[in-house]
Amino acid sequence: MDFLIFKAPMLMVQASLDGILLGILFALIAYGMALQWGVMNIINIAQGDLVILGGYIAYTIYLWGIHPAWGVIISPIIMFFVGWGLYKLVINKVVDRDLFISILATFGIAIVFQQLMNFIFGADVVVAQSEYGTTMLFDNSVTLPNSKIFSAFISVLYAIALVIYMRKSKLGRAIRATAQNARAAKILGVDTEKVYAATFGINAALCGIAGALISITLTLHPYVGLPYTVRSFMIVIVAGLGNLPAVAVSGMGLGLFEEFADYILGTEFRIGAVFLLLVLILVYRRFKLSRKREYLK
Amino acid sequence: MEKVKQKDLILYSGLIILGLAAPYLFSAFKVQLTYLCVLIVLAMTWNLQGGEMGYNTFGNILFYGLGMYLTASVQVGMFFPLAEWTESGGEKTFVHTTAQYFQGIGVGLLVAAIIPTIIAGAIGYAILGLRGHYFAICTLGLGIAAGEIAGGIEIIGAGQGFTTPPFPAEIVDAEARGKFFYFLSFVLLIGTFVFVKYIYGSRFRLILNAIRDNEDKAEAMGIQTMKYKIVGWMCSAFFCGLAGGIMGGLIGYIDSTDVAFDGREMGVFMVLMAILGGKGTLWGPVIGATLFHFFKEGLWTLILGWQYVALGVLIVVIVVYFPEGLMGWLREKYPERFGEVIDEKDRKAQVELK
Repeated sequence: MDFLIFKAPMLMVQASLDGILLGILFALIAYGMALQWGVMNIINIAQGDLVILGGYIAYTIYLWGIHPAWGVIISPIIMFFVGWGLYKLVINKVVDRDLFISILATFGIAIVFQQLMNFIFGADVVVAQSEYGTTMLFDNSVTLPNSKIFSAFISVLYAIALVIYMRKSKLGRAIRATAQNARAAKILGVDTEKVYAATFGINAALCGIAGALISITLTLHPYVGLPYTVRSFMIVIVAGLGNLPAVAVSGMGLGLFEEFADYILGTEFRIGAVFLLLVLILVYRRFKLSRKREYLK
Repeated sequence: MEKVKQKDLILYSGLIILGLAAPYLFSAFKVQLTYLCVLIVLAMTWNLQGGEMGYNTFGNILFYGLGMYLTASVQVGMFFPLAEWTESGGEKTFVHTTAQYFQGIGVGLLVAAIIPTIIAGAIGYAILGLRGHYFAICTLGLGIAAGEIAGGIEIIGAGQGFTTPPFPAEIVDAEARGKFFYFLSFVLLIGTFVFVKYIYGSRFRLILNAIRDNEDKAEAMGIQTMKYKIVGWMCSAFFCGLAGGIMGGLIGYIDSTDVAFDGREMGVFMVLMAILGGKGTLWGPVIGATLFHFFKEGLWTLILGWQYVALGVLIVVIVVYFPEGLMGWLREKYPERFGEVIDEKDRKAQVELK
């Protein structure tokens, strides 16, 4: 093998650490997707664009001179209302419909978001400087930006907070009840319309956190939303709805896959590899299920 | 019955005459007319999947893009080294003669029809086993993966794009290029229409509809659904490949994600046009594509810069408020026109059930 990564074992450590830290971030986005897919039965193609919008909010406050890390608090608050508004405007009309309708409708929303972000923030690749410095490991052969460690830490923190909120709070219980059986929940006095709006808002807020973290660890561009949607979709179909540990694990797995694909295939094929992996996972699941004469539902 | 047939004959001959006369009547709009033909072809073939078979695909763009790259590659590769052509402005060093150009595009289109069809057949078994939204997302991934991968392959121009052979300079007539591509696409349109119309009168369509309505039951009735699904997809791939080949020659420049595997434009357009006109009807996609094209060309220049916003809003509005499309709306309004007999009692019972 002629690949650089197999010659230098330290690169492997580097790729693994990068991959795991990145994967935690993906898992956070996927958690939001699993939440609204499970509760509302909607596949949100605009998920990635919500992430990027969240990132741009953090970038804007960075331009105002505030440290971009505050974005992880401000961005979700704004994004919650964006999500709520989006639900009231469009999503509530597609909740009970065919899934393909929701895919197409959110695809339309994604296009609108991309274009509006292009107008407002410009088509340049931007990044918010957190100036956290880097940690050197193993005799300076592995470099780890502190911002990545920070983002993984914040992601875990928010995920735990959300789990506790879902278990303990009244709204959390209402959301879980609606996910189990919307009709029964309605009969028992749950305002499902409000639950749906809140779910979509929470999903958007999670996207906002992830976006703010992406703005300091990776880069932002108006048109890079779709890969994030596909990554989260992939994580959810591998992990299953409502299985949080599995979401975390498969998120990290995806992060590892990407970093290694980056080294082995080259950066130009990175996104292509992600999309191909999606196709391969779906096809693998399809063959596995077809042995029992079943199909993905 | 006789009368209806005569009416059809007048309609079809009228449309063909209009189609033949169009490049002379609207001489300045030849490129737009070619676009229209290609859009109708794409909408009609998408309708075979999404409308008739119930498999909402975003992946037909894969065959369109493949056809585009294949036609151009064959057209160049037959006479000149492909790698040098794409390396740095090869179109300046190598010049096709008139005969070479037409031979090249002929063979190229042939390849562009055959290879996507074979690929559809090859991946069909794996992909078409997915259902519903999994199929939709999987084909979306396939189309984007193809674009990203094509953007990394050096021999077909990678990220900097691929200039297709320019129209031979020996033909002095300035109108010739536009006419050539228009008639090429018009022939493709007629071919597609005849083929789809043939399918609409055949058992094949009934099988596709059975798959759409309930695949498990169709299988239980003894239909080998997988076989028909693959054949249906191969039919689409055939015409999409040809459409892509023609568009590549017309545009003159192939970019991996913005022209060939353009999921953001063409890939969405074909879905939108079919839904706008009405899924699962013969004329729906034709009308939808025509309306959409007029709307697009009319408004695009007025709202320059905002066109994608308008496109996104249009998608949302059509999908949310108008999912049955124009033909579906007409059908609801004038069911007799569509040969539906409505039993008043049955209708009332249905309403009560609701």
